[in-house]
Amino acid sequence: MSLVNFTTREITCKIVYYGPGRSGKTTNLHYIYGRVPETRRGRMVSLATQTDRTLFFDFLPIDLGQISGFSTRFQLYTVPGQVYYNATRRLVLQGADGVVFVGDSQARQLDENVESLQNLQSNLLEHGIDVRTMPMVMQYNKQDLPAELILRQEDLDDALNFRSVPSFAADALHGRGVFETLKSISELVLKKLAAGTPAT
Amino acid sequence: MTSTLNPRFTFDTFVVGAANRLAVTAGRTVAENPGSAYNPLFIYSGSGLGKTHVLMAIGHAAKVIASQLNIEYLTLDEYVEAFHAAIAAGQGDAFRRRFQNVDVLLVDDVQFLTNRKEMQTELLRLTEALQQSGHQIVLASDRPPAEIADLDERLISRFSGGLVVDMGIPDYETRVAILRRKAEERGTKFQPGILETVAKVEYPNVRELMGALNRLIAFQAVNDTPINADAAAKVLGIPAAASSTAVSSAAASPTAASPDEFSQFLTDVTVTVGKAVEAWRARVTEAVMRWEGEGYRTGRLEKLLDQETPAAVDEVIASYVHDVDRLKALEAEVAVLDPQAAGEKVFRDPDHMDAAEAAAGKVRDGAAPPPAPSAAFPLEAYVAGSSNEVALNAARDCVAKPGKKYNPLVIVGRSGLGKTHLLNAIGLELAKKKNAVVACLSTQQFVDELIAAIDGNRVDWWRARYRRATALLLDDIHLLAGKERTQEELFNLFNQLVDADRQLIFTAPAHPNTLEGLEERIVSRLEGGLVTEIAEPDKELRRSMVERLLTQQRVALEPALLDYLADRPIDSVRNLTGVVQRVVEAAAAQDAPVTAGLARDVLEGAPPPRRTAGLRTSGIVVSSAGGVRSREKMVWDWPTAADRVIEDLR
Repeated sequence: MSLVNFTTREITCKIVYYGPGRSGKTTNLHYIYGRVPETRRGRMVSLATQTDRTLFFDFLPIDLGQISGFSTRFQLYTVPGQVYYNATRRLVLQGADGVVFVGDSQARQLDENVESLQNLQSNLLEHGIDVRTMPMVMQYNKQDLPAELILRQEDLDDALNFRSVPSFAADALHGRGVFETLKSISELVLKKLAAGTPAT
Repeated sequence: MTSTLNPRFTFDTFVVGAANRLAVTAGRTVAENPGSAYNPLFIYSGSGLGKTHVLMAIGHAAKVIASQLNIEYLTLDEYVEAFHAAIAAGQGDAFRRRFQNVDVLLVDDVQFLTNRKEMQTELLRLTEALQQSGHQIVLASDRPPAEIADLDERLISRFSGGLVVDMGIPDYETRVAILRRKAEERGTKFQPGILETVAKVEYPNVRELMGALNRLIAFQAVNDTPINADAAAKVLGIPAAASSTAVSSAAASPTAASPDEFSQFLTDVTVTVGKAVEAWRARVTEAVMRWEGEGYRTGRLEKLLDQETPAAVDEVIASYVHDVDRLKALEAEVAVLDPQAAGEKVFRDPDHMDAAEAAAGKVRDGAAPPPAPSAAFPLEAYVAGSSNEVALNAARDCVAKPGKKYNPLVIVGRSGLGKTHLLNAIGLELAKKKNAVVACLSTQQFVDELIAAIDGNRVDWWRARYRRATALLLDDIHLLAGKERTQEELFNLFNQLVDADRQLIFTAPAHPNTLEGLEERIVSRLEGGLVTEIAEPDKELRRSMVERLLTQQRVALEPALLDYLADRPIDSVRNLTGVVQRVVEAAAAQDAPVTAGLARDVLEGAPPPRRTAGLRTSGIVVSSAGGVRSREKMVWDWPTAADRVIEDLR
């Protein structure tokens, strides 16, 4: 999948929100959905179970209009977090231009976070992608929970962010940190353009 | 009743952006294939976003492609008014027929159908009739059909059955493009960044955007120095830093949505993309979008994008634009000669300029120029005198300022006073001007040509031939009497040429309003310019004419001869020429010099010295050829025998 198509003059960024189950990936998308003007957003496709767990994936297309002569679109995806949906996760990752890793800040979820990160790495490898070349940011969600239940951003960085990618403390339910995360991953992805992604 | 199409509202002057591209594309398609593409086409948008512009542009484009099409633009109010007037006059059927014969009907402001049941029924009927007969209907409204209150379900389904397109608020890039184009049109230059500052304000419609631009132009006009960004923002009341909403406010409460979060994100992405996409690529893609939107092929520019670091990008764009301009010029030229040929794709492909030039050349060669003025009547040979002074002065004015001073000029006068000479003389003078195409011919020839064109099924070609003319000069306009079709064609041609400031000159034997068989609309137009009369030549003019004629014949100018000839009671230039000719020929036949005595003998019938007396008869001299010599002494109109008898009896 090509990020920038000079022939059709389109920029299409596929950004995947990755992370353990119940970390708040879909909540991120819902918040964004609520802030994007109706004319700019497509229908948000969400396939969830009755208990509001993402069964397949969420998809939110956003049309940013003409930017520097390019018709610019963002496609935001989430993967199902539960361990047994790995095939789906791998599928969604295909062609991703950037990954937002949404971690759960709760101390007791640390292992799930680590496991999900490892899963991301191996799934990317299956697509032949080295995780180190993939634009990525970390978001530590649920920072609104009582302090005794959660880890601080620094601790989470120490535990998870061994690549020192940009990281954000967030409360996706109320929107804190959601757009900062999106902005950061967008910049990383778009900067890859300048680095000379060949147009196809 | 029907509004005319505003000539400025064409597709060429419409700035196409993402928000209106679909409407414009649909409009172009409809103009190219009226009645067959999307019928009806329904365009809706908020006020001031260009609905009327697109409607009229469709009209113009359709007219350019097929000039014979009957195109009507009107607002719903005008339609309603016309309908009520027709009903009041008992002409309801005529009204319906009139609109059913329109090939492309453009109806604006359809939203006013609300609460007008009878008009809805009428419009439904009309739409059905037009669709059935393959005629195009295009409607514009400020809201989609389904949202027009109280609109008949059947109308909604009719409208929706064609194509319903909307035009949104132009995006930032389009706003910049609009501002640039308009500033260019006004001939105003702004410092870099000023227009971009204006474009950042999301005005709800283009009209307000234009208002903002006007304020800047006015402000800059009264100040000596170019306006800067700060001053521009002040003039337009734009707050300097309007976009710094704290994100944390969103965290405080989920309902306290900060709408700027997305805008800010958009701004950030725009900056990032701007940095990432090399500036030249942005320039090229902008050019591609613009020209593609106007229907030109952009292969040459797209090839640039395939390269890593192409050289001389701006030169390529400039040469592309130059070629497009040339194509536009060719297309416009061809449109005049042959409207159908102008629609050909070859005039939209700057990558094959030679093909376009060749196609234009072909059309040019095929279009024979209209009949030119006769070289036999130069202005220098036209003898001026008090009897034709006014006409001659008017003619000189027309030559000096064609189309500007007297348009049309109508020269009236009896036969033989030199109208045709003057007409051709003006034609020759006008033809000397640069790029002039002067059509100068007799009305009879004009009629005959039209008949031949109708016969050969090439009336379009015939029309195009005359539309090219920079001046149209028709001799003996009274011969149009009873020729309805020619009058119709002349009427249309007349209007077009006058609108384009092309000079029109006619001659007639009498004042236009006394001519019989001419339609009122033609007469009133002839009267609208200057009607000037050439009177019978007076002695002075006759003397100068004789002088000139004799000089031409290389005859010695003997005062007695001049006086004698100028004194002859001759009432027209043609007769005077005939008389001089006769005298000169007689002198040549006798191998004698031209003298007053000889002239008297020839004209008054004195016997030539060597003639035998046997040929003399009482009072009338008969030439050997059998022609009557002394026309002046002849009594041509005898009273009828009965009258004479009654007179004798008295």
